[in-house]
Order: sequence, then structure tokens, then C-alpha cells
Amino acid sequence: MKSTVQLTVNGEQRRVDVPPMKRLLDVLREDLHLTGTKEGCGEGECGACAVLMNGELVNSCLVPALQANGARLCTIEGVSTEGHLHLIQRCFLENGGAQCGICTPGMILATHHLLDKYPMPTLEQIQEGLAGNLCRCTGYMRIFDAVQKAAEAQHAL
Amino acid sequence: MSEHDNLVGTSPLRKEGRAKVLGHAKYVDDLSLSGMWHGATVRSAIARGRIRAVHFAPEIDWSEFAIVRASDIPGENTIVHLTKDHPCLAAQEVNHPEEPILLLAHREKAALLAGVAGVQIEYDELPGVFTIEESEQAVANNDVERIIWEGSEYGGTANCFKQYVLYSGKASETEDGLAAAFEAADYIVEGEYHTGAQEQLYIETNGVIGECEKDDKGNVTSVCVQGSMQCPYYLVHALTLVFNLPQEKCRVIQTETGGAFGGKEDFPSVIGSHAALLAMKCGHPVKMIYDRAEDMAATTKRHPSRTRHRTAVTKDGTLLGCEIEIALDGGAYATLSPVVLSRATIHAPGPYKWPFVRVRAKAMATNLPPHGAFRGFGAPQSLFALERHMDKIARAIGLAPEELRRRNFLTTGDRTSTGQLLSDPVDMQHLLARALEESDYYRKLAQFAEENKGSAIKRGMGIAAFMHGSGFTGSGERRLNSVVDIELLPDARPQILVSSTEFGQGTNTILCQVAAQTLRIPYEQVVIAQPDTRVVPNSGPTVASRTGMIVGKLVERASTRLVDTLRTDCGLPLNHTPEQFTTAALGYLERHGSLRCSVRYEPVRPVVWDDELFQGDAYPAYAWAVYVAEVAVDLNTYSASVTRFDAAQEVGRIMHPVLAKGQIEGGVAQGIGYALYEKCVWKDGRMMNNQMTNYIMPTSADLPEIHVHFEEVPCVHGPSGAKGIGELPMDGPAPAILNAIENATSLSFNSIPLLPEDIFEKANAFTNPAHGGSAELDPDRQGEFLPEVNA
Repeated sequence: MKSTVQLTVNGEQRRVDVPPMKRLLDVLREDLHLTGTKEGCGEGECGACAVLMNGELVNSCLVPALQANGARLCTIEGVSTEGHLHLIQRCFLENGGAQCGICTPGMILATHHLLDKYPMPTLEQIQEGLAGNLCRCTGYMRIFDAVQKAAEAQHAL
Repeated sequence: MSEHDNLVGTSPLRKEGRAKVLGHAKYVDDLSLSGMWHGATVRSAIARGRIRAVHFAPEIDWSEFAIVRASDIPGENTIVHLTKDHPCLAAQEVNHPEEPILLLAHREKAALLAGVAGVQIEYDELPGVFTIEESEQAVANNDVERIIWEGSEYGGTANCFKQYVLYSGKASETEDGLAAAFEAADYIVEGEYHTGAQEQLYIETNGVIGECEKDDKGNVTSVCVQGSMQCPYYLVHALTLVFNLPQEKCRVIQTETGGAFGGKEDFPSVIGSHAALLAMKCGHPVKMIYDRAEDMAATTKRHPSRTRHRTAVTKDGTLLGCEIEIALDGGAYATLSPVVLSRATIHAPGPYKWPFVRVRAKAMATNLPPHGAFRGFGAPQSLFALERHMDKIARAIGLAPEELRRRNFLTTGDRTSTGQLLSDPVDMQHLLARALEESDYYRKLAQFAEENKGSAIKRGMGIAAFMHGSGFTGSGERRLNSVVDIELLPDARPQILVSSTEFGQGTNTILCQVAAQTLRIPYEQVVIAQPDTRVVPNSGPTVASRTGMIVGKLVERASTRLVDTLRTDCGLPLNHTPEQFTTAALGYLERHGSLRCSVRYEPVRPVVWDDELFQGDAYPAYAWAVYVAEVAVDLNTYSASVTRFDAAQEVGRIMHPVLAKGQIEGGVAQGIGYALYEKCVWKDGRMMNNQMTNYIMPTSADLPEIHVHFEEVPCVHGPSGAKGIGELPMDGPAPAILNAIENATSLSFNSIPLLPEDIFEKANAFTNPAHGGSAELDPDRQGEFLPEVNA
């Protein structure tokens, strides 16, 4: 049994016919071919599949397709504009915030969400805000740097 | 001088970084081939036994599945590592839980779950052994029922994959020397130390896509596997045996790899062979991606260990001799255990001068999934034991831990326990002084001692001093005989061709820096080819902290050869500009069509190494380090946390400061996890907590500030003076943290991981009730080493 699910993904209206309990992660990756969203654990622990849903950070592996019906979604593919890096992306790139890169899309969306909430976050707010996104490579220090630089750059705009 | 002369030592943007931050980088699960099927593995439900029967559930339409059994393997049923004991698929018997027995493929991924559940396997169970001690006991008691591994022609004996004995000199002289040392000692200090298994926990699980071509008669003519891996040529080797094909018919391509840490060194040979077998059977490309639970339960982890120390020392802290016994739990098959054991053995005596050393080491068989490579590769285990033991010795003789180390450090011109002359500069004294200064060690020690008196939060400082050998052990690099090519693309950009892989550490970036600097052109102009064994030569596996130093040096030499060719052939002047390079390169291509320069490994200095006696030049170079941990132990909750970490090291010339810091910080974070968070819970050989929900790695909220301090002493073995860096930071954190916990609480812990329940148990054995601040928990109280110390 399939249901029709309507979504606004990165500003575009999309419509898919999928089983209602299909994971949003799989809808994005398989039906919409947006493979920038990654699967790390499939149980909402690692944040590799994080996307913004109506402005909130969610783990897309825990969201059934039907629950996303009518939602506004932002994935990593929607963060940059026509191939131009968003300044969060630029700061991750310049400050060593991405190593193997598999947690990076989720981490960048979590940063996006964090900076919306706290434009000039303290280190504690960064640590707390990214605690749902696991990174095994960096030990997080370069990521904290990247987030702080992005906040400063945004502030200077 | 041009701006490109000093590229090494700057931090240009990561080569593939843009694709990664955009989400454009293609990992294997992001790829889809036309007509592709999906594969899954039917695994053993028991630890050890004989397979009696296999039943297929009648309600499933099996005609829609491709099924591979051991009998379908066209070549040898083996995953070759150092030996061939490890089957590709279990045929008659299983030796560990989750051992692969059958493979299934289906065009719909969703059908596989029911397919795997629909295969019922009947076993005749056999008794298993699940710990080092049980494995030893079976041998000691000649309990034939529990001899789970027979031995091999590579030096294995019953239940023991490999044994080594390292003597610091001739065997008989060392034994005599040790006897005299223990006779003359003011103190003899003994200790036993344990480390647990650790999961690599790369965020991208193991995954591959296999393809297979057959001739008219249905015989396999070639196979191709692409996926997440560290060592493409290891997989080529495995495929040649499984398919009985020549090397050139087994193609392997590395796709973007989402973390590895050793966990994708040997394991891709298993999943890669499986996917190719399924492709052979169904006639379609087959994708196999493990989910997290399968990856954690079925793939390799760091070897659990038990290390015993017995040390002779004078009352002024001079080390006279030591006897070290190391035992690793290798799991059910030998895989890489002999080499992990070798590195554990060589690193066991640490960065100290020992007149006499004997290390006995062995890797035991158990009915656990085989343990394998993980960053550090044996060294974290033996260095944990050594550096905890050094603190114990210091306490026994009443010397400060840093002072005991200071009095015994190796220095330039000394010989290591394998007899290697340290002809390159070594300055552990300075590293120690720097680490103590940067961490504000003495002031904090005094401050915490004062504050701890009235507080349930006990704070403390701990240090660890250590080294890590760069590159393959002994004659290993000579045997690898690595090759690196560099060629000109039609637009005159140089392209590096290596099988060395990028999985986050920065391989692409540093190798391009080296080439650009040598060629005197902009970094952006240098290209590095995707590792595809049809295109790139074998520059060796991406392991053992060897890529920057060994492969980097080869890239430097190949680049020099390329530029020399352009000088000779095209009159490219000395101190050329990038424009002159391009003009000369285009001219060369016009006249000759192509230019490809190839170089092969040559040791910078002759290496003398005896594999049998473990004597000689163990590694071309060592990285040296002193780490300081600052901890807080809350005696209300019994949780310990690291509140600051200082990592001081000498790793040769720093090639890329941002990447280098990232390597150290990431390694320290894994080390903190190893010490305080990451526990594998085993039941009858099966990992019971194979989920990120209950196997806990550090999050951004768990880690302290990690301060990284580099001393740069150029090393002759690497490009522009670099040496290995990747594994070093894994070795020091665990002992530094447990030393700090002892400093904070006077509780001596000798096993990791150390969880709050362990602290609770020990704290309550001393004090009842334990709410902190009691006399027993006074930092001045002597530890529990006394019964084992003889004056």
C-alpha cells in the first residue's frame, strides 16, 4: 500500500508515492536521489541523516514518510546556492571541520540550526547543540572552530 | 624562491573537501549500477559447532534469490591474510558467532530481511572458549574438546596463532642479566593490566558493490569490486584466490570512504569477495551494505589484551630490567593477529633505557569474531600496561612519576630494546618538560591536592610517555616494495597515481602538497587519481602510519624525476615558474604523447632486521610523545571525566598544521573513548551491545579541550622531513587518564574501559559508605601495590 506524500524539499515542491512508514531518509535517498543525507546507525543516535524539517533538526531515519507530508525540508543539497558554498560550509572546509566527510552533511545542518537559535553561541552551546551528531574522526575540536568562525562571519555580514 | 617552495607546512584546502561539505561526495551506498541487486549474509547463530543441515522456509519463493554456498566458490574457500585458515564461507563448521555461512541476493533490498530469516541452520554444537584464560586452560589441560585451532606452518601451535620472544641482547646473556638485575634490585614491582575490545565505529559501515563477467561456458573471466576500503590491493589478492583468477582480472576501486581506522584494512576482503560471488551467481552487480548492528557484531575490533610486568629497579629509580608477558585475544582466525602482536611486542618496553628486557608475547584463539586492525595496532595495549606500570613503580619507590620517567628516557645515540641505534635526534626530556609546562602540571597538582580534601569531586593529573614506529615493521617496507607513479594529463596537470587511500586523514591533500612543492607549481594544479587497481600501481596498504612518510617520499622522488625529465628534454630552467612548467609539459606531450614517471621504494638508510630474533631496526623512524590528562572523578555518581588534555609530540616536520592537529585530536578522542566509555559486552562470543545506543563513543559534549603541541624535528625518511602521525595519538590517552584517576582518588585501576560501576565497586571496597572525602580516599594514601612489592 502506498500513500502520496507532498514535500517542499530545498524550496521545490515534490510528490512521491511511497509506503507510509518508509523512512524519510530512504525517501530522500532513493525516491528523490538526494544522497547527501547519510545513514550512520538507523536508530537516531548518530545524526548523519539529520535534515531540517519545518526548521527543526530531525533524524530522518526516525521520521516515517507520512509524518513528513506537507513539510518543508532542507537537506545538505539545499544549503549551498548554485554551487556556491554557504559560509558554514566554507568554514568547515577551511578549518578542518570535515575529515572523512560522512557526518559532515548532518553536522552542517545541525550547525545551521544551532546558529539560527544562537547566532553567537558559547562553546558550551556548541557542544550541546552538536551532541546529537557523532563524529569519529575529528575529536570535534576542528568542528567547534568551524562553528565559531561561521558565527563570527555571519555576525560580520 | 617561489611561493610553492614552502607548500609543505601550510594548510591548503582538503582536496576532496568541497565535495564533502556540499554533500556531493559519492560513498558506495550513494552509487547505483544498472540492474543492480542487493546482497545479504546468513550468519552463524552459535559460537562453535558443525553444520548439520540447512533448511529453506517453504513459504519463500527461493527462485527469485541468488544463493551462494561454500561449494559455489570457484577457487579456494579462503580469505587470505598471512595464513589461509579464515574461510570465505563456513563449509562444515563454524568457529564464531556471526560467521558467514550463506549469501543471498535479490533484486529488491526489502526481500532480503525475510530471506535471511527464512534460512534455518541446524548445528551440532561444540564447546567454545571465550577468553584468553579459557583458551590457555584448554592447552594446559590438554582439553582436546576445547582446542579450537590446530596450529599452522606459520608458527602457530594449538590455540595460539603466534608467539614471539624479544630479548634485548643474546638470549642467554639477557637471561643472565635479568637474573642479576632482580638479584641486585632494591624493588621488584609486578603488575597485571587488561584492555578490552574496541569497535572502530567509522560512521560509514562496511559496504561494496561486486560485479562479475563470465565467458560462454559460464566460467568467471573477471571480477570488479568497488567500495569503502583502505587497501585495494589486499582485496585484489583475496579475489585472485577466491576466483582463481590472475591479478589483472581482479579489479578493485576505492570509493569515498567514511572513516576506517583499521576497520577497513582486512575486512573488505571478506565483504568484497562475498559481493563478487553473489554477482557471479545472479549475473547482476550486487551491492552489500551492512547495517550498523551487523557491522558491529560481525566485523573486526581491537584485540583485548592482558599484559604482565615484572620490573627490577633501584631505590633511586634506575630501571635494571623487565620481564613482560603479553597475551592478545585474536578471535577465531589468525587474520592479522601475528602482526598486531609484533607491534605490541616491540612497543612494550616503551621509550626507556632498559639494560635487560625480555618480552614474551602470544595471540590466543577464542570463539569470538576475529579481532583485527585498529589505529595503534597492538601498541595501545602494551603501552597502556607499561605506562600504568611506570606510575606503580614510581609509587613503590616514592618518586614522582615524571621523575622516574625522566631518569630513564631513551635519548639520541641509545639503543632500543631491539638493538636499534637511535641515530636521529630524540629528546623526550624536552617533550616531557614542554607537556608539563603547557598543562600547568605542578600548579594544578598542588591545587587539586588542596581542593580534593573537602570535596566529593576528586581531581588529578596523569602523564604517559610513549613512541610509535612509523611504517611497516623491520623488513616490511622492503617486502612491500611500493611503487608510485606520476603522469602528465593532456592539459599538462600532473596526476599522482597511488593505491594509498583517503578516508579522512588527508592522504589526497598531503601527497598533492608534496608533488606541488617538488614540481614548483600551485597545489590546486595537482590531481590525484581515484584508487583503481586498473590504473594505479601498488603503493602499499594505507596503514601503519606509513602514507605521509613512505608514500610521501615516493611521491617526492617521482615528482623530482618528472621535473628532471622536463629539464633534460624540454630545457625547463632551474627555479622555473608554474607557467614555464606548463609550457615545458605541453611541449613534451606534443613530442612524445605521454609522460609517466615511476619510482620504487628504496630505504633511505639500510635496514637490518631479524624477524626471528626480533633484533635490529624495527622501524625507519619513531614519533615520540608525552601526554597529560586532567580528570575529575565524581564520588557521588562515580563517573570520571577528562577535563583537559595536553598532547605534546615530535612527529617530524608538520606537513599540514590543520590536518595534523585534526589527527591528534581525533586520536585523543578515540583514546578517551577507549579508556572511559567504549565497552564491548560479550556473551558466549557474541557482542551483546552492537548498537550506537548502548556502545557509547564520546560526543561533542563529553570531550574536554584538547591542546596539541608539536615539536618539529625534520626526519630523513619522509618528504620535507615528515614522519608518521596517524596512530600515535591512540597510544597515550588511556594510561594518562588512569594515572590521573589514581592521582585524584588513590584508587588504582588496571583495566580499561573503566566505567562508573567499576569505580563504584572499588571505591566501596575501601570505604563503606563511600561519599568521598574519607581518609581512605586521601590522595596521599599508598595504593594497593604494596603486597606485590618486595623491598
